[in-house]
Amino acid sequence: MQNFFGNCANVLQQYGFSYLRGAGTTLLLALVGTFFGCLIGFAVGAMQTIPVDKQRDPAWKRGLVHLLHGVLRCYVELFRGTPMIVQAVFIYYGLMQFGVKLDMWAAGFLIVSINTGAYMAETVRGGIVSIDPGQTEGAMAVGMTHWQTMAHVILPQALRNIIPQIGNNFIINIKDTSVLSVISITDLFFVHKSVVGALYTYFESATIVMIIYLTMTLLASYLLRLWEKALDGPQNYDLNTTDTLAYTSGMYNAPDPVHEPQNLDRKGEAAHV
Amino acid sequence: MSEHIIEVRHLSKSFGTHVVLRDVDFTVDPGDVTCVIGASGSGKSTLLRCINLLETPTSGAVLFHGQEITAKAFDPCAYRAKVGMVFQSFNLFNNMTVLENCTAGLRYVLRQDKETARRTALENLEKVGMAPYIHAKPRQLSGGQKQRVAIARALSMQPEVLLFDEPTSALDPQMVGEVLTVMRQLAADGLTMIVVTHEMAFARDVSSHVVYMADGVIAEEGTPADIFEHPQNPRTVEFLSRFRQQ
Repeated sequence: MQNFFGNCANVLQQYGFSYLRGAGTTLLLALVGTFFGCLIGFAVGAMQTIPVDKQRDPAWKRGLVHLLHGVLRCYVELFRGTPMIVQAVFIYYGLMQFGVKLDMWAAGFLIVSINTGAYMAETVRGGIVSIDPGQTEGAMAVGMTHWQTMAHVILPQALRNIIPQIGNNFIINIKDTSVLSVISITDLFFVHKSVVGALYTYFESATIVMIIYLTMTLLASYLLRLWEKALDGPQNYDLNTTDTLAYTSGMYNAPDPVHEPQNLDRKGEAAHV
Repeated sequence: MSEHIIEVRHLSKSFGTHVVLRDVDFTVDPGDVTCVIGASGSGKSTLLRCINLLETPTSGAVLFHGQEITAKAFDPCAYRAKVGMVFQSFNLFNNMTVLENCTAGLRYVLRQDKETARRTALENLEKVGMAPYIHAKPRQLSGGQKQRVAIARALSMQPEVLLFDEPTSALDPQMVGEVLTVMRQLAADGLTMIVVTHEMAFARDVSSHVVYMADGVIAEEGTPADIFEHPQNPRTVEFLSRFRQQ
């Protein structure tokens, strides 16, 4: 056992910096990939829910919308239905055939983004259809267009509901970017392979890498929880007046001004203040 | 050029084979308060939703200042900005505060700047007694408060006509009182309103025109005195007698 810890220390001493750089690469790929993946997901999700009015819209517009839906469906099914490692090889070396030499980083970001985007598209669509249709009707009733409704009313609410899924995707990306070593991106797993190639310390290096991956994913879950809380906003609100007379003028349900700050949605807890 | 704001002409609507509205015909003039009464399932809400294009009529026409709203060249978004709607289930934007709910339409649809929108919204929130609650989210409000905010949201757009789809049906008696008080005030201020309601006292006292619907057709219409004091159609008599017994 002492031997094990000694070896770990030895590995860290020699390659500690490489591990950190590898972890940084992994984190950067996961962050950028998840971010752009989410953007793609939101765009595709919003486009998939464009309404078609059979009576009002001209035939060319209906045709265009159907074509768009078809293309998006193909994108989602193609990238959800094939392994990312194959996509990486396919895109990176495939483009080379056509004389396009992608920068390693650009290729990495591109592959993680479009892969995440395919999953997020379905998640976002689910998030959108889960919002009460009354919200859309409310927005339509003040004259908003489909895009205004999406941008200001539906997507902000859908975002809140799908944060757990975004977290899932981010954590999956932290782990799955390890397959990008096939296009020689030096992520954390690539560093591990190099280290065991030089020192033959499989167990020690794997332990270190496991701990680094776990630290990153746990931290990610924690930060996402904080984000969820921040989006929920404060549980309490303050009445926008200092005039105590206002509390009784025309407000049948005016809360007692003594009990500030108000905590109306947790009546039981606030009552005894 | 017609002086009617809204004309409903031979309007029919069916969902599949189920006919909800049959040959409905009526007009609304500026300043009118038209109450639509009738049993649940008689097509009242569908009628209102057709007027606001939330449902597309199967046949017939709705004219707004003489223009057919189902015509291809007609812009439904600009139209809805001028014809407001208050829903039974409030439909406030859950992701926004009370103030943001009222300014959203002004800023995103009418493209007003933040300060102008804020002033208009506050004015209307004041009218419904909800001005102190501008920082609250809809989930923190009671039903009556939500509905008053929803009315303020619709009013902020300065609509030519305001449609009410059973605005008090989801509320308890006390909250019904607060919402109806607001609506009486609006009627007194001369706002043109079409109100689908089960509040017979409101229909009798406030409206200038009452439409009684049964099974998707207008069974009888006239002034409140006509309908409530001297109903001609036996179905109207029966419907009203059930309300009187309560």
